[in-house]
Amino acid sequence: MDGLLRTLQGDASSQSAVIVGQLRLPRILLAAVMGATLGMSGAAMQGLFRNPLADPSLIGVTAGASLGAALVIVMGSTALQGYVGLTLVSVGAFIGGVIAVLFVYRLASSGNGTSVATMLLAGIAITALAGALGSLLEFFADNEMLRRISLWKMGGLDGANYPRLFVASTVTAAVLIALPRYASALNALLLGESEARHLGIDVDRVKIALIIWVAIGVGTSVAMVGTIAFVGLVVPHIVRMLIGPNHISLLPASALAGAILLLIADTLSRTLIAPTELPVGIITAIIGVPFFISLLRNRHHYGMQG
Amino acid sequence: MSLLSLQNLSTAPWGATLLENINFDLDAGRILGVVGPNGAGKTSLLNTLVGDISLQHGSLQLAGKPLKNWPRRELARNMAYLPQLSLLNFPYTVEEVILLGRSPHDTGSVVDREVMEEVLQLTDTAQLRGRLYTKLSGGEKQRVQLARIFAQIWQADSLQGKLLLLDEPTAALDIQHQQSTAAAIRNLADRGCAIVVVIHDFNAVSALADDVIVLDKGRQVAHGIPRDVFTEELFKCTFNADVVIGTHPYRDQPQIIPR
Repeated sequence: MDGLLRTLQGDASSQSAVIVGQLRLPRILLAAVMGATLGMSGAAMQGLFRNPLADPSLIGVTAGASLGAALVIVMGSTALQGYVGLTLVSVGAFIGGVIAVLFVYRLASSGNGTSVATMLLAGIAITALAGALGSLLEFFADNEMLRRISLWKMGGLDGANYPRLFVASTVTAAVLIALPRYASALNALLLGESEARHLGIDVDRVKIALIIWVAIGVGTSVAMVGTIAFVGLVVPHIVRMLIGPNHISLLPASALAGAILLLIADTLSRTLIAPTELPVGIITAIIGVPFFISLLRNRHHYGMQG
Repeated sequence: MSLLSLQNLSTAPWGATLLENINFDLDAGRILGVVGPNGAGKTSLLNTLVGDISLQHGSLQLAGKPLKNWPRRELARNMAYLPQLSLLNFPYTVEEVILLGRSPHDTGSVVDREVMEEVLQLTDTAQLRGRLYTKLSGGEKQRVQLARIFAQIWQADSLQGKLLLLDEPTAALDIQHQQSTAAAIRNLADRGCAIVVVIHDFNAVSALADDVIVLDKGRQVAHGIPRDVFTEELFKCTFNADVVIGTHPYRDQPQIIPR
């Protein structure tokens, strides 16, 4: 705290100020912006799929990104170390995630538009395919690569620095501005796709826009901090229990709650068994899964069906 | 000029013909009942009228303008569709569901809430207003959806030029609400709204509809006032049913009674 104050006062000379300014601050901010993106993307996906149990990973983005990252780690071999290696892995993850989403989207689209149900199934198929290809890569990988792949998959914010924070913040700002513009359309979509169309909404355009923004947002988050489980699933779910399903308030509230949850999870991951760090994806899953199961079992108490 | 005009309308969205050579006009303030055996194309006709199924042949005009030339939101302010089945499984309140019907409008929340009050009264849903939609019974859900549809085309002075498409609006309702819903539909027609309604109960059709159209295997087999259309022969040929046609004891309406 003392270090943070000194940093903010421009006194960057002391050791603690360096730690706060160069390590802690970008890390905290990175956790917050990526949590916000995941939370809002999750809320948008649940609205689009009309399913409160949907998750951004359903459209293949997480699996595709994991494969992209694994591919870079294995192909790049040990030549890719340090900062450049980390950045290349991130680029690979982002490209992998976006390609997977495009695949899923193409599979679910026909002359009559895009079927959300088909997209869910296509997402499962692409996730399985990406998982199999990833396993194939791991089969041929050496021990060092395996460890890097598996650490990357667990997710973590330990790579935080200002260039990463800059990229993440830019994408998050864009997502946080873009998605709420579709709040009314998402509200109408909960009635059903035809019903939304009958209310004068260009459903196909809305679907494409939502998928693109979620792919960019979640793709970036997987690229920056690895796969972080359950934030996109649990956060909108909790927020909906508290304030109802109206997306005009649900989207921003999910962003806020996502930021808070990921901050807490990252703090725990740093402090629980300090000085060793736990991957943050493990923390979010350990917090998220029991919570999620209790939601599943009690969903009728707050009017949720299906 | 008729509000709704169909000429030689045919559709075949998935290859096989669904509707063939449908012709009718519907004026403002009139109620058209659509009847026919299961699979005759009643819901397909509504889906075509709302624009979900595109035409293969013929023309479909709303207020003299081909349906596909209408801008989306303007069309949504003038035409609303009540489907048989609602998919909504998120815990909106009843008020929120009804206000979704106002989404094509830019009338502001004060007007929207006034509209909501009127349709809550019309559909007898005022006592449900704060409840969660997902916790309502089937019949209550249907009335709330009806209120949403009413809100979508509502304007204070007149409903001239508006079109409602209703698929089985009374199917899940008890007898009290069947009657109050029929009265509400008639009320909207009296304000100038044109209504196309699919109902399976022939006596309900003859009580409610000004005109009736009979579909069988995608073809239009009869069109006219209920008194002319409902004949024992029609029921034998189209529905394969043996009925007696009587008259309502107090009103000049045909009553269809199984023999």
